[in-house]
Amino acid sequence: MTKSVFFIGAFCLFLFITLTSLKSPTTGENGSRADTLAQPKTFGFGRPATLKEIALLDSDVRPDGKGLPAGSGKAADGKLVYAAKCAGCHGVTGVEGPNDALVTSKNLTDQKEKVRTKTIGNYWPYATTVFDYIKRAMPFNQPGSLTDQEVYDLTAFLLAENGLIKASDPINATTLPKVVMPARDFFVPDDRRNGPEIR
Amino acid sequence: MAEQKRDKPLITEKKISRRTLLGGAATAAVVLAQTASGKSFQAALTESELNLFEDPTKVPGVPPGTLGTRSAFEKPVKAPSDISSRTPLQDLFGTITPSDLHFERNHNGVPAIDPAKYELLIHGMVDKPMIFTLADLKRFPSVSRIAFLECSGNYRGAADGKLTPQQICGLTSQSEWTGVKLSTLFREVGVSPKSTWFLAEGGDAAVMTRSVPVEKGWEDAIICYAQNGEAIRPEQGYPVRLFLPGWEGNINIKWLRRIELSDQPFQTRQETSKYTEAIGGGKIRQFSFTMDARSIITYPSYPQKVEKGWIEIRGIAWSGRGKVVRVEISTDAGKTWNPASLQGPVMDKAHTAFRYLWNWNGQPTEILSRTVDETGYTQPFLKELLAARGGNMGYHFNPVTAWYIQGDGQVLFKAT
Ligand code: HEC
Repeated sequence: MTKSVFFIGAFCLFLFITLTSLKSPTTGENGSRADTLAQPKTFGFGRPATLKEIALLDSDVRPDGKGLPAGSGKAADGKLVYAAKCAGCHGVTGVEGPNDALVTSKNLTDQKEKVRTKTIGNYWPYATTVFDYIKRAMPFNQPGSLTDQEVYDLTAFLLAENGLIKASDPINATTLPKVVMPARDFFVPDDRRNGPEIR
Repeated sequence: MAEQKRDKPLITEKKISRRTLLGGAATAAVVLAQTASGKSFQAALTESELNLFEDPTKVPGVPPGTLGTRSAFEKPVKAPSDISSRTPLQDLFGTITPSDLHFERNHNGVPAIDPAKYELLIHGMVDKPMIFTLADLKRFPSVSRIAFLECSGNYRGAADGKLTPQQICGLTSQSEWTGVKLSTLFREVGVSPKSTWFLAEGGDAAVMTRSVPVEKGWEDAIICYAQNGEAIRPEQGYPVRLFLPGWEGNINIKWLRRIELSDQPFQTRQETSKYTEAIGGGKIRQFSFTMDARSIITYPSYPQKVEKGWIEIRGIAWSGRGKVVRVEISTDAGKTWNPASLQGPVMDKAHTAFRYLWNWNGQPTEILSRTVDETGYTQPFLKELLAARGGNMGYHFNPVTAWYIQGDGQVLFKAT
């Protein structure tokens, strides 16, 4: 008798806990799912990251310019860096390769150049990506070796060669996010929906 | 007699030349041999030496070792290019891809990362920016899940029909992935409810980055440290990778070192210049994450030759949207379709094996497979896909593929 009362009590307590935890503000709102309900609010594993530790890795640049460092670049200076560090793989004028074309070819009657037409000038929707990508990944054989100054200069050079800015326009944290990229308007978010439609 | 023999090495050390150890052209097989001191080592055997084992019942076998080996007679290999390496789908059975045959795609090589120095930084729109070591990640509640991983640039055709399943779509593989749910870490750092996107960054020479909707992080994202029961292979992101079930390979950032919560996408090069596709009308589709439903017959396939009579048509089907509900087979070039048997359990966002028994009459024909997933989506023909995308090919190309079977039994790829 007492045993079964205990069990009913325990069951009610269990129900109560389940229901209250379902209603608790720590769930649902932040999207956590049912099987994490039994988890404590925090496990206490890991350690807080210091601002210095974050700054060491956080080099990304957003379209609004967040993340761009101080400094300013010029196409004329970028031309020199390009010739020394990039032309070998991307071609003297950024069109010839052997690796990705970086400049939209003006010679679109040449079939070989025509097939290499996805470039910064006609396909890239954001100018900030040029800075972000060169800084993190180029030159391919020495990634991460460029100074911010070199990256700014190269960005100015490539944007100018693609006819997106004037050769005299400075490129910095204020001007770069404002560069108008013609390809921006072509981009649409995923238009496929779950269902039978083929898209 | 037998006792004595067992104490001796199977092959004496002096018999193994440097050349055979290095595996010269004449190497026929690799077996474990045991030296007199009892230590096992790998030795390459030539064709003639293999004859030693003509009757395995007359020679003691190889003693237990510290690592299993693939039979010396089996040689499935990936097909590498400069930037990727493809899974030999035609050589596999069932649905789990052996880890060393998992496809590879990287953007500047496979990095060597010391697990003792590994750290994952999570920062940005969070209450507490935090750093987790590999040991920290392993202390959290874990989760395992069998699911496919496919590169979104996974279709190839050829006019002469000389393409294997590996060449057509070998950039898909399946593993059991184990790790900690990203939602668990999101709770730990206190992700802001205002955050809508996060950046995932790899610690390779490409310092690969992709933006991921935060919702996917809460839903089913896994921070993986294991694959098929052991630590993730270096090619798959050792020691830690992001795994987003059903989503295009590239966004499953390998060698994951940083996650930054934000309220907008970062528009990285890999989500603008690459992994976007022209869909007609001058439009370019972006953030197309989900892999559409697909299937491929892996047997019979090029370059095999089949014989008249019973053939079990086999293959795999999968969908990034959910479960495969049906695979249909045509053995008359698409005129009629019949359901294939699915091997259970059929799992969500997972390669599902199918088979269909067929009695070939020896007449030239085409065999095809197409799959239907739980959202009602039917794998399209190439023509339908091209029509839907303004004549463009590119990423997320999942057409039905046909195998043409000549009168002499030779199987050839055929586009639909
Ligand atoms: C050793 C050869 C090499 C050198 C040197 C090199 N690159 Fe590259 N670059 C590549 C390769 C390869 C890719 C494609 C990488 C990929 O797809 O993952 C690439 C891609 C790029 C892209 C992206 C192109 C696109 O349309 O997506 C840019 C921009 C770029 N490089 C800029 C530069 C700059 C600026 C330099 C000089 C500082 C440079 N590269 C030096 C090999 C090189």
